[in-house]
Order: sequence, then C-alpha cells, then structure tokens
Amino acid sequence: MIPKKSEHSPAPLEEVSTNPDLKKKVNSVKPRRKVKSDNHNVTGYLFISPFLIGFFSLTIFPILYSFYLSFTDYDLLGTPNWIGFDNYVRMFTADPTFWKSMKVTFFYAGVAVPIRLVFALLVALALNKVVEMVGLYRTLLYLPSIVGGSIAISIMWRQLFGNDGAVNSILASIGLPTHSWLGDPDTAIWTLIILYGWQFGSSMLIFLAGLRNIPNTYYEASSVDGAGPIKQFFIITLPLLTPVILFNTIMQVIQGFMAFTPSFVVTNGGPVNSTLLYVLYMYRRAFEYFDMGYASAMAWVMLVIIAIFTAIIFKSSPHWVHYESENK
Amino acid sequence: MNNKKTKKIIQHTIMIIFTLIMIYPLVWMFSSSLKESSSVFVDAHSLIPDGFHFENYIQGWKGFGGISFSTFFFNSAIISIIATIGSIASSAVIAYGFARIKFAGKTIWFVCMMLTMMLPFEMVMIPQYIMFNKFGWIDTYLPLILPTFFGIPFFIFLIMQFIRTIPMELDEAAKIDGCNNFSIFFRIIVPLIVPAMMTSAIFSFYWRWDDFMGPLIYLSTPEKYPVSLALKLFSDPNSVTNWGAMFAMSSLSIVPIFIIFFFFQRYIVDGISTSGLKS
Repeated sequence: MIPKKSEHSPAPLEEVSTNPDLKKKVNSVKPRRKVKSDNHNVTGYLFISPFLIGFFSLTIFPILYSFYLSFTDYDLLGTPNWIGFDNYVRMFTADPTFWKSMKVTFFYAGVAVPIRLVFALLVALALNKVVEMVGLYRTLLYLPSIVGGSIAISIMWRQLFGNDGAVNSILASIGLPTHSWLGDPDTAIWTLIILYGWQFGSSMLIFLAGLRNIPNTYYEASSVDGAGPIKQFFIITLPLLTPVILFNTIMQVIQGFMAFTPSFVVTNGGPVNSTLLYVLYMYRRAFEYFDMGYASAMAWVMLVIIAIFTAIIFKSSPHWVHYESENK
Repeated sequence: MNNKKTKKIIQHTIMIIFTLIMIYPLVWMFSSSLKESSSVFVDAHSLIPDGFHFENYIQGWKGFGGISFSTFFFNSAIISIIATIGSIASSAVIAYGFARIKFAGKTIWFVCMMLTMMLPFEMVMIPQYIMFNKFGWIDTYLPLILPTFFGIPFFIFLIMQFIRTIPMELDEAAKIDGCNNFSIFFRIIVPLIVPAMMTSAIFSFYWRWDDFMGPLIYLSTPEKYPVSLALKLFSDPNSVTNWGAMFAMSSLSIVPIFIIFFFFQRYIVDGISTSGLKS
C-alpha cells in the first residue's frame, strides 16, 4: 500500500525508484529494513514533491513544448502548423538581424564578463590587503550590484551617458571633446559593457571569501623561500582561487548571454541594432511580432550555445582548476 | 615605521578615490532628483543640487494616467512579499528532503535541480507564456507568483548547505523521543535554518522587486503594474519632460532595496560568500 502513494508523482519517477529498490530487496536480509526504506521513499518524495511538480510542469514540459513549437509557425492565435526546419533555415540563411544580434551578444559577453571578473578579483585583492575600514569599502563597492538589477539604474544610465548627461558634462569641464555615446553605434555597446562591469560586487564578495580561505602559512612559507608578492600571487593565490573562478565564470557567462533589461531600457537595441542583444531580439520576435515558433527556435539555439560553453568550461577545468587534496 | 604609514595613506587614498568613482552614479541620481527639473542637465555632473526641490517627489508620485505611485508600490510589495513567502517555505521543505532523507532516486533529482538552477528563465519564457495564456492567467499576478511556490533551486541549494552543518545527533535524538520527519523538520530544523532562510528571503525580495521581464510580458493593465514596469513607462524618453520627477521616482524605487541592505547586510554577504565557495 505504502509505495502506491508515490504514484501520483510523474511517470519517469517509477523507473528510477524501482531499480534501487530491487537491489535493496536482494541485498537486505531483514525484511524490517525494506519497510523502513519504503517509508523513507514516501517521506522523501513528499518533501521534494513541490520541486518535482514545478520541475515537470514549469521546466521539462515547457522545454519540450518549446522544442515542438520551434518546428511550427505558431502565432499565438491560430493553430501551430508543422513547418519542419523552416525556422532554423530562415534564421541561419535569411535573417541578418539574427546574425547581428548573435554578434552583438558574443561581443558583449566576451568583453563584459572578463572585465567584471578581472575587476572583481583586483578589488578583492586590494580589499584583502587593507586592514582598516574594509567593511565600509566592501559595503560601498557592493552597492552598485545590489541595485544594479533595477530599472531605475538602467534609466539613470541612459541619462548618465546621454548627450547632456554627466559623463559629457565632466568631459566638457576638463576641456575634452564630448561624444554622443548612445547615438554612436560604435560606443553604445560600451555603455552597456561598463554598466555590466560596474556591478562587480557579488563576484568580488565571492573572491574575497575565497582569499580569506587561503591559509596564511602558505604565504609565510613561500616568503621564507624568497618569493615576492607577484610570484606569490601566481603560485599561491591564483591556483587556490581557481575553483571559485570556475563557479563565477560559468554563472557570469550565462548571465552575460541572457542580458535583456539594459539593452531594452538604455538603448532599446539601437542605434542601428548595435546593441540588439539576443534576448531582446527574441523578445521582439515573440511579443511584438508574435512569431512564437521562430522565437522558440531562437531559444533552443541559445540553449545549445550555453550548454556548449558550460561543457567547454567544465571539460577544460581539470587543466586549470586546482582542487586541494580532498574534501575535509 | 614612517614608510609603513606612507604606504597606508597611499593605499587608502587609492581606495577612497576608486570607491567614490564607483558610487558616483548613484549619488548623481539622488542629487539630480533634488535639482530643479529645468536645471538637471545644466552642469549635469554636479552633485550639489541648487536647493532641495522636494516638489519633484510630489510631482513624480502622481504617476501617469491618473494612477499614482502608491498603487505601483503597493503592487510591487504584494507581488514581492507573497512570492518571497512562497519561495522560502517551499525551498526549505525541499531542502530538508534533499539534505536529510535517504530515498531512491535522490541523486538524479538533485542533479535535475542543479541543472534547473543553471537554466535561464528566458529559455522557458515563451512556452510558459503560452501555457499561462491558455489558462487565462494573462494580466493577473498568478504567472509571477505561483511558480515560486515550487521552490527556487538557488535557495534550495543554499538552505541544504546550511542544514548539512546541523549535527545529525539532533535529528536522531528527536527520533528517539518519537518525532517523525515532519515534526523534526518543523521543531528542530526550521528554527535552526532561520539565517539561511533570511538570506534567501532577502534575495527573493530583491529579485521580485527588480523583476522587469515577468511583469512586462504578463501584465497589460497599468493599474496592476509594479514599480519596475511603471518606471519604464514613466521615463519613456519620448514623453519625459519632468526630469526631476523621473529621477525622484527612480531613486524612490530603490529605497526599499537600500533599507533591507543596510539592516540585513550580514545575511547577504554571508549568503553570497558561501554560495560561491561550497559548490
């Protein structure tokens, strides 16, 4: 009777749960243990049931549905018609805007993510050296990240780099030429990159915590051996930080590829699509042209790209990530 | 001795200059909100307003289309608070299941959860929209609130890490006293994981408060807009004339974030630092 209870959970669960159960039946001598483990299964699944319901209804089903839609011409009103690979073919061969948005996004993520990480690491190193008032510096430098996600910041950024904004005003007051930062296709993307780099606070905190975890004895020992601070950085600090860097890089790359609000609010993709980030273009396809099939195909292409990037970072990690002997 | 002191002074000078540059845009926003509307962009970089024009705040608060910012702030608060309660309650329950109960298939589900954590919302945004559209949930708060009741992977992970630091002996002692898993969870675990739940609650509130894309695609009636979406319309570059009011409302919209940050800083810093290290 008891195992039946778990049947209301989705189907694939059955396969998973029966297999180890069988093994237990073979292994366990006392029947009492089996009953107990069944009990555990029911309680365990009961506790994680919210996750399972959400996982199947809000992640797995939508992802599969989106895969199906990417082969249709669904426009939200009619019924989806199967059109095979048309969306993908159109995307790769007949849509220059798609390639433009791809290029913009790769440039944005490729420049902004390293800038943010290097910045975060340098500031964390500096904060690690300072003894007094670390708390104050840390708080103030973390502020941009804490508010960075809000629309207010994007709106402010638009004014900051506007023609009459503070940046031009500063340049003018020290006698330098002003520039139409948001109006020039070459510089507009840089305002977004700076906005991204400016919010280095979370990464900084993670790096700082990582630095604090490095035992001081390592540095003492190496300075006895005559290593200077720069050498110490490369032989001790950097290698021991690599696990933290790995985690940060993956999360930031995903975040960089998915950026939407800044380009939507600060530049709205312009001028001449020079800041048309991928998600913004996808959003337009889906919710302005109601081209749900095409937008779903775009989502799948991005999913594959992110998966490949994550896989590359993970696969390459044994070559550059240093793990201390074993977990404590 | 002296050399050390000079070094320290140089160090702090560099740090102070750097910090000032970094927070300049924020201070600039607040100071612009106090400037007279017509003079915001005269000497735009100046941080000293020409007097304190609080009327910007009064003007801005009136909002647009006859809907004041009271409505928008109220909407944001409702969405953020309910969604936060939902995500913390469900995440704590799920985290306990993963951290303490041995059951068949646990590893697989855990891996699924970690993968969900890395999956960006934008990837499921379109099919979810179509789903919620079929349910007739467009222009309601349901699509924004309901998904949080199924647990947020990042919080589940954070709380799990915390539960693991609680000694098993406590659970076992309770079991001997006749507690089942449910009473262990409510009587022993929940009181002990309050710090992790606080950290998660703060992040959840931030994310919901700042959430822009969700309201953008799901809400169409201005009366239902949260602050984020209202602010976007309020600041539309083609229609804004009252710059002071725009800066005033932008500044106000981040005040709740600042308040929570200054009161609960410790939880945030701890949360971020551990989340990055233990994975």
